Amino acid sequence: MTAPLLRVKGLRRHYASGGGLFGRARYVTRAVDDVSFAVMPGETLGLVGESGSGKSTTGRLVMGLEEPDAGRVVFDGTDLTSLSASRRKPFRQRMQIVFQDPYAALNPRMRVGDFVEEPLLVHGVEAGPDRVAALFRTVGLDPAFMQRYPHEFSGGQRQRIGIARAIALRPQFLVADEPITALDVSIQAQIVNLFQDLQESMGLALLFIAHDLSMVRYLCSRVAVMLRGRIVEMGPTEAVFGDARHPYTKALLSAVPIPDPAQERGRRRLAFDAGGYVFPPDAALRDTGDGHYVLMGEAA
Amino acid sequence: MRAVWQALTRRSGWLGLFGATLLVVLVLLALFGPWLDLPDPTRTNLRARMVGPTITWFSLGAHPLGTDQLGRDILSRIVAGSRVTLMVAGAAVLLGGVLGTLLGLISGYFGGWVDRILMRLVDIQLALPLMLLALMVVAALGPSLRNLIGVLALVSWVRYARIVRGQVLAVREREFVQSARAIGASHSRIILRHILPNVLTPALVVATLELARVIVLEAGLSFLGLGIQPPDPSWGRMLADGRTYISSAWWIITFPGLALMLTVLAVNLLGDWLRDFFDPRLAVR
Amino acid sequence: MALLAIEGLSVGFAREGRFARVIPDLTYSVEAGETLGIVGESGSGKSVHALALLGLLPQPPGRILGGRAVFDGHDLLAMPEARLRDLRGGRIGMIFQDPMTALNPVLTIGRQIAEPLIRHKAMSMRQALDRATDLLALVGIRDGARRLSQYPHEFSGGMRQRVMIAIAISCEPALLIADEPTTALDVTVQGQILDLMAELRDRLRMTMVWITHDMGVVAGIADTIQVMYAGRIMERGPVNAVFASPRSAYTYGLLQSLPHGARPPGGRLMQIPGAPPDMFAPTPGDPFAPRNPFATPRCHREAPPLRAVEDSVAGHMVAAWYDLPRLLA
Repeated sequence: MTAPLLRVKGLRRHYASGGGLFGRARYVTRAVDDVSFAVMPGETLGLVGESGSGKSTTGRLVMGLEEPDAGRVVFDGTDLTSLSASRRKPFRQRMQIVFQDPYAALNPRMRVGDFVEEPLLVHGVEAGPDRVAALFRTVGLDPAFMQRYPHEFSGGQRQRIGIARAIALRPQFLVADEPITALDVSIQAQIVNLFQDLQESMGLALLFIAHDLSMVRYLCSRVAVMLRGRIVEMGPTEAVFGDARHPYTKALLSAVPIPDPAQERGRRRLAFDAGGYVFPPDAALRDTGDGHYVLMGEAA
Repeated sequence: MRAVWQALTRRSGWLGLFGATLLVVLVLLALFGPWLDLPDPTRTNLRARMVGPTITWFSLGAHPLGTDQLGRDILSRIVAGSRVTLMVAGAAVLLGGVLGTLLGLISGYFGGWVDRILMRLVDIQLALPLMLLALMVVAALGPSLRNLIGVLALVSWVRYARIVRGQVLAVREREFVQSARAIGASHSRIILRHILPNVLTPALVVATLELARVIVLEAGLSFLGLGIQPPDPSWGRMLADGRTYISSAWWIITFPGLALMLTVLAVNLLGDWLRDFFDPRLAVR
Repeated sequence: MALLAIEGLSVGFAREGRFARVIPDLTYSVEAGETLGIVGESGSGKSVHALALLGLLPQPPGRILGGRAVFDGHDLLAMPEARLRDLRGGRIGMIFQDPMTALNPVLTIGRQIAEPLIRHKAMSMRQALDRATDLLALVGIRDGARRLSQYPHEFSGGMRQRVMIAIAISCEPALLIADEPTTALDVTVQGQILDLMAELRDRLRMTMVWITHDMGVVAGIADTIQVMYAGRIMERGPVNAVFASPRSAYTYGLLQSLPHGARPPGGRLMQIPGAPPDMFAPTPGDPFAPRNPFATPRCHREAPPLRAVEDSVAGHMVAAWYDLPRLLA
């Protein structure tokens, strides 16, 4: 068995809010609470959950865009959380991120060619127009577009530019934070296919953060379901989708609209109060067999 | 550029176009004033004291806008004064703008104690009456062109710092800045390549509005004798001199006053229009 | 009999000195009691046409160039603003996408639900607040009497959308127009709202126009689906028939590009090439032709009219020069 490329252990990030000028914070939002998972080389792990579940924060913590309160992010055997900015820099070549909003993800005042070239310059890697042109072709864009500014592109094209920048340094691992959510339906398949092409040609491992469950089922070999900062279920995609154990996962799956009137009509959706759900006090991710983990108490 | 021209020539843009045209004329006048065939603005001629405007529909006459109490030609003094005014105001706005933008960038980007100290400094300065501050500095250091520019820059940097800081706070959270952090870009690269270009437009709008304010402030200081020193002409100085003769020779105070008003109006119109043009919330699209 | 009949609606849009006919010529009708699901992506005109017929299109930059929208025997487009205001929130209810900005943050929820009741049903504030409590219960918000005195920020996104629905149905509208009402919501909340809407529709016998980009949502809630692209109707018909046998290459592409189950090894999603159309640079012919692998030479020259599909159920219509089932066979 090969060693995981990325291992996340006991990751925690709490936000304090509602405190006065001198008073202590009144509320603590447990954005990410004791999250652990691993990603194998070349694998796609889906991270699903609803807004506020902490899935995007987890992605940002993995990328070091935010500092965790506790826990470790181990990449290829090195604990990144203890590294200084300069010691961490080499690892930034090997792990990259693609963002959700293609309109906010590009610098509006920078030619897109320069934007894609920037990571190469920052890391002192051989840059130049030929290299950038090759990247444009890789993501399915005409290199003639290099001289243009972001506002001249459609949402799908912008997302391709963001992906070209992310893969410029040939990373081994990519965080894709809701990369298709903001795109038109007819464009989503294009971008998903692009991710697959890149994964096959570059051996890229992917942390695919999404709330579209049918896309996650299609794209990911394993999936982790997050609820209020915690992973409640994790395992091989078909095991989780075919045999969901946690009530939240069940409710989530029952709510996904199916584009088929025969199935969608008269379907019963399971109710689940995500805000009011109380985690069992001794809840932990427990193996139910075949790497299918479920968050539950000892008694269950 | 084409978009700017289109927006200027559109119906709602004519005030901006008017302001821009007026300002261009003023700048040209200031730049090429010395090459115009005008009398020396500092040469006194006691035999031609307080001559009224000689301009008619058909000719300019010897002194189109009249002469002052020392017989100096008012038109040439206004033209020469525009040089001083625009240079002083331009330099002050540039200096204050660079300083304020820089401090605003640092304050907004790094946050923490740097931000707190800088912003309290801004609060304190905004609480002081501008004229009082300017008076104190000029009184302490003595009136000179350099001190005048310095003091005007000093009173205007705070506005840039405030606006720029606010913009930085918004831009800092945008995903392309996050992306720059994710590739390991240095702070200076993130600030200069990603944040600065996206906060320059609001700073530019502040600059135009600030230009008008600084022009008036400079005239005020010169009026009080703390700005441009005689015999160099300045609009504020001319207003101060003409005050005494307002009932006997109205033209001495009226024409520099008119020049000042038109300039400030032009700059303000342009500034308002620029703000509307760049602020998508106000823009009619 | 049609409750709403749109005939030859044409809407233009100006931007940066350029003008586009975002809806060239739109004609369709909604029968009383029917739920019409309108599907489209950006630039399809699905939201713009709804705003236009409700008199809510910002003009400029928008401009209604012509057509009629007959609701209950009266043309909405020719109606004076005052009468239109009486209809909106009264006999025509509306729900929009963003529950975060659609509510006034400085007014209590109670006031905002009561307002249309006072205005359209001539109720007193007291009566209206009583009714508002019932309405909150109807949309599944418990403890309504207490929640009426709360402000929007005290409600979650899903709860706000429920409040919006309560406002929309407060005057028991004959027609409810919902523009992407669940897009901003989480999946589980969306499911609850869909169930709620279906139940309310049946109970209040409402006619609904449901605008969305999600084929799954339409499959669940609509009787009739209408697929729009570049301001035109590409295909329209009973949901079962259209989903079972789409006749427009665009509908087919949308359905095929959605993932079904797990990915087979080496598999790819069927993708529609290209990008949604730029309405400021229209192409001649069928607007979808540049992205359509099935397009015939005629598609590039001439825009096809919407016509009945011969070998399908009544009401199934398509705008296409090609015969899709034959091409797929």
